[in-house]
Amino acid sequence: MLSDMTLGQYYPVKSTVHSLDPRMKIILLILAIVAVFTAGNSLAFLPVAAYIVLASRLSNVPFKMLLKGIRPLRFILIFTVVLNIFFLPGETVWLDLGFAKITKEAVITAIHYGIRLILLVMFSSLLTLTTAPVTLTDGLERLLSPLAKIRFPAHEMAMMMTIALRFIPTLLEEADKIMKAQSARGADFESGNLLARAKAMVPLLVPLFVSAFRRAGDLAMAMEARCYHGGKGRTRLHVLKMKKNDYIALLSMAVLLASVILISRFL
Amino acid sequence: MKDAIFEVNNVSFSYEEANEKAMDQVSLSVPEGAFYAVLGQNGSGKSTLAKLLNGLYLPTSGQVLVCGMDTADEKNTWDIRQNAGMVFQNPDNQIVATIVEDDVAFGLENIGVAPTQMPGRIEQALLDVGMLEFRERAPHTLSGGQKQRIAIAGILAMEPRAIIFDEATAMLDPQGRKEVFAAVQKLNREKGITVLWITHFMEEAAQCQHVYIMEDGRIVMEGAPEEVFSLPEKMQALRLDAPAAARLAHRLREAGMPLKAGLLHMEETAKEVARACKLNSKA
Repeated sequence: MLSDMTLGQYYPVKSTVHSLDPRMKIILLILAIVAVFTAGNSLAFLPVAAYIVLASRLSNVPFKMLLKGIRPLRFILIFTVVLNIFFLPGETVWLDLGFAKITKEAVITAIHYGIRLILLVMFSSLLTLTTAPVTLTDGLERLLSPLAKIRFPAHEMAMMMTIALRFIPTLLEEADKIMKAQSARGADFESGNLLARAKAMVPLLVPLFVSAFRRAGDLAMAMEARCYHGGKGRTRLHVLKMKKNDYIALLSMAVLLASVILISRFL
Repeated sequence: MKDAIFEVNNVSFSYEEANEKAMDQVSLSVPEGAFYAVLGQNGSGKSTLAKLLNGLYLPTSGQVLVCGMDTADEKNTWDIRQNAGMVFQNPDNQIVATIVEDDVAFGLENIGVAPTQMPGRIEQALLDVGMLEFRERAPHTLSGGQKQRIAIAGILAMEPRAIIFDEATAMLDPQGRKEVFAAVQKLNREKGITVLWITHFMEEAAQCQHVYIMEDGRIVMEGAPEEVFSLPEKMQALRLDAPAAARLAHRLREAGMPLKAGLLHMEETAKEVARACKLNSKA
C-alpha cells in the first residue's frame, strides 16, 4: 500500500521543456520569480500568465497538472487574500466595518498577492514536472559548485539527495514489511485517536530507524570500496551542456522580464 | 607460478572496542586468475578478512599485499580498491544511483574516467553480466540476483584484476544464487579475473579450485575441495557440513561400497555409484 506513492511529481514525457538543461531551468525559475515580484500593476501580470501558459503548452504537461499544485495551498491563499483585504491601508473606502476598512487599494493589492502566489507555485511546479529529481539534483550541484570555494558542500548535498531518492522506495518497502509483521502480532495502526495512532507508530519507526542506520553503514563501506572519496577529481557520466534551445529560453525570459518592467513603470 | 594477487602474511586484526582478535595470524595467497573460496561459519572472521583485502580495514600486525601493493600505505588505497573490487552481501545496500547505468558509472566517476569513455565501458560491463537490457531500469524494480549482477557490473566497469565476493549470494533465493555464481564463473573463465569467493555454502565452495576454512579468526584447513571435503568428521567438528554428495559418498563407503575418493558433485557421485553397482552385480 505504501509503495503506491509516486516519487516526486515528475511527468515523464518528451518535450522541448523537458530537454532543457536543468541548470537553465533553475535560472529561468529564479528569473520568473523576479518577474512575478516586479509586476507592479494588474496589466503586468498578463505577459507572465501568457508565458506560463505557453511554457506549459511546450512542455506537453496538461495544464491541469500545473493547477493541481495550487490545491494544497488553497487555505493559505484564501487566508492571505482575505487578511490583506481587511488590513492593508488605502484611501478609497468601499466599506467601513468599524474595526477595519475595506478600501479599493487594499482589494487590488490583496488580489495581486494572490496572483503572485499562484504564479510562483505554477512556475516551480513546471520545473519539477519537467525535470527528473536526479537531473534536478545534478543541475543544482553544478550551479552551486562555484560555492565550493567558500566551503559550501555542493557535491555532498547533491550526493545526499541522490542517495535519499534511491532509498525512498527501499525504505517504503521495508516499512510495509515491518507494518505487516507488527499487524500479524496484533499491532493496530488504524484505530484510536491521534495520540493512540502516533503511539502505534513507535514499533514501526524504531526498527525502521535501526535498519536505516545499518544500511547507511553498509552503503558507506560499499561506496568506499568503489573508490568514492568525495567530489574532488570526480568526473560525471552525464555531461551537462547548454544548447541552442537553452539560450532561446533565456532570451524569451529576458523579453518577459523587460516587458513586465516596462508595463509596471509606464502603464 | 604466476604472481600472487592477494598475499596475506601473518595478519592479525582486532576491532577497537573488542579485546578478542577477529583475525589471528592468518596467511594466505591467491594467484592471478584463480578462483579460490574462503569458507566459514558466521563470526569466523571471513568478512573481516574481505575488508582487510582492499584496505577498508588495516591489519593490527602483519602485512596485506594486493597486486604487490601494501594496504597499509595510504598512497596505494585507491589503486588497490580499483584493482581489487568488492561485492557485498546485501544487494540493496551497495547500489547508489536511481538508474542502473548511473550506478555502474559510479565507480568510473570516482576514479575520474573521461565521460566519453564511460558509455562503452558501462555497456561492456552490463553485457558481461547479462544485464544490458536493464540499463535504464530503477534498481528497486529488479530481483535480488539481478541487483547483485548490477553490483558486479559496477565493479567490472572499473576493470579490476580481482573481485572479492563477501557472501554475495547469502541473501538470494536459490535461483538468484545460481545466476550470480554462474556469472562469476564466466568472468573468471573468460576474462581471467581472479575471484575470492567468501561463503558459507559448501556447494559453492566445492566448485572452487582451492578452499580456505576459517574458524575463530584462524585458517584451520586448506586445500583442494576434493581433499578438504573428504574428511567429514573433521568438517563436522568445525560445525560445517560437507556437500550433500560428499556426505552420501562417505556413508556409502562406510557401508562397504567401493567408491573412489574425492567425490563432491551429485552427477559424478551418481555415475560412480552406478559403476560400483554394476561391478557388484557382475561379481
